[in-house]
Amino acid sequence: MRPFLRSLSPDQQVGLLFALLFGVLLLATMTSVLLSLREHRGADEVPRGRAGGLQDFQALLRSSWLMALVFWIGWAAGDGVATLLFGLLSFLVLREFISLSPTRRGDHRALVLAFFVVLPVQFTLVWTRYFDLFTVFIPVYAFLTIPVLSALGQDPQRFLERNAKLQWGIMVCVYGLSHVPALMLLPFPHFAGRLAFLVFFLVLVVQTCMLVQHLVARRLSDPVVPAISASFHWRSWAAGLFAGSLLGVLLSGLTPFKPLPALAMALVACVAGSLGHLVMKAIKRDRGVTHWGTDGRSVTGAAGLLDRIDALCFAAPVFFHSVRWTFHL
Amino acid sequence: MDWRAKAMSLLLLGFVRLLTGAQARWHGCPPKAEQRIYFANHQSHADLVLIWAALPQELRTITRPIAARDYWTASRFRRWITSAVFNAVYVERERKGDEDPLAPLMAALDHGDSLILFPEGTRGHAEDPQPFKSGLYNLALKYPEVVLVPAWIHNVQRVMPKGEVVPVPLLCSVTFGEPVRLGSDEPRADFLQRARAAVMALRDV
Repeated sequence: MRPFLRSLSPDQQVGLLFALLFGVLLLATMTSVLLSLREHRGADEVPRGRAGGLQDFQALLRSSWLMALVFWIGWAAGDGVATLLFGLLSFLVLREFISLSPTRRGDHRALVLAFFVVLPVQFTLVWTRYFDLFTVFIPVYAFLTIPVLSALGQDPQRFLERNAKLQWGIMVCVYGLSHVPALMLLPFPHFAGRLAFLVFFLVLVVQTCMLVQHLVARRLSDPVVPAISASFHWRSWAAGLFAGSLLGVLLSGLTPFKPLPALAMALVACVAGSLGHLVMKAIKRDRGVTHWGTDGRSVTGAAGLLDRIDALCFAAPVFFHSVRWTFHL
Repeated sequence: MDWRAKAMSLLLLGFVRLLTGAQARWHGCPPKAEQRIYFANHQSHADLVLIWAALPQELRTITRPIAARDYWTASRFRRWITSAVFNAVYVERERKGDEDPLAPLMAALDHGDSLILFPEGTRGHAEDPQPFKSGLYNLALKYPEVVLVPAWIHNVQRVMPKGEVVPVPLLCSVTFGEPVRLGSDEPRADFLQRARAAVMALRDV
């Protein structure tokens, strides 16, 4: 298997990976369609939990399709387009985040700055490979500019709270997510043209960890922090980390890492992603919603995009910098 | 609709959706091609665009918003966009002589069109909408067969507060509620109060 893979060109390798991925997704979709047919027949006898499980599965499948398509387009069209796509994704999740965080009139200019200056500049920095500025632009420069604009809005009421929300939104939705396309631009020696694999590695490992954690948690009771998440258990967390790291080792052939470093990097990404997801759950509980999109009482209209990628938003910067320090890039 | 108006309307739709999502939530009635008057809270100039964008394509073409003549015909571009793209009905804000200010609205209703109405008259700043003006009552009295649909526009004032030029992207939605009927010999004040309550009730669904 290995010699065969090595004999392929980088493009052929990536192509093969996409063929595999779409194949798996197609199989999963077909299974879910068949399952849904069966459930319809005896709709009354189907226990509620099972139908809910199928719906969860279908939602997960939809987002997986979307993600795979985004990556495929990004890979086929080159780094520039991939960065642009992630920029758009970042815009949409920041929109979701801000919609559910009450801002006041005085924050208007700060919001304009966040959406139309900070976000595009951050992704332009990624695209133009100004790595040094890219890592400090938001935590250093935007961090000060945003509250200055809010202060000029002359509204002291809940000032710290409003600004904290805005800063958080920018850190998670823009800064965190911008580290995903930045992976494609890491100057690994002897690995040019195949850095899309690194993005793949990160996304697959983190999503697998989340999925396994979710599936295992269903069989457990007594969550660790019931006030925040009904599905976070130490055992399911460990299972998710284990599955993610194992996948990391299996995929190490695609990355510039040897198996052991691959395990370590995957573990780091999974820990950051799953704990980040927990933190986002706490924020959602604070806002009194269960999803970032529309659900029940929530008045806004989007499908909760942020729910699907929040783990990635936290895992990407940690992964990016761990890789950078470890390999002296 | 000529090609320029069509292009503009597509562009505007894309822009509004990217900025706000422009989600329609049909809570008390389905989107249906019957003659209707949609009445909603009014906090921003963008209200008109949002409700227009939230309606499905089939209803958008038969539904006409109301626009203040002095503001929306002040320049050639404003006049073009309200008449060619939105197909708006112009009304006078100031009463001139003994001309009935509702006359253009009645002409549109006679013609079979649906209307989008902001019964507060002007944009409000407060959380709650201002008291409704009597235009809605007069139309309900004269056209009992037209269905009156209350609507609550959520979040738009945050997108573009009064006095700001650049809009901020935030998810907005329009909630359409259960139609309101004018009771037989219901007093004007009671009806307007009830209509306003129907709009405000949609805030929390």
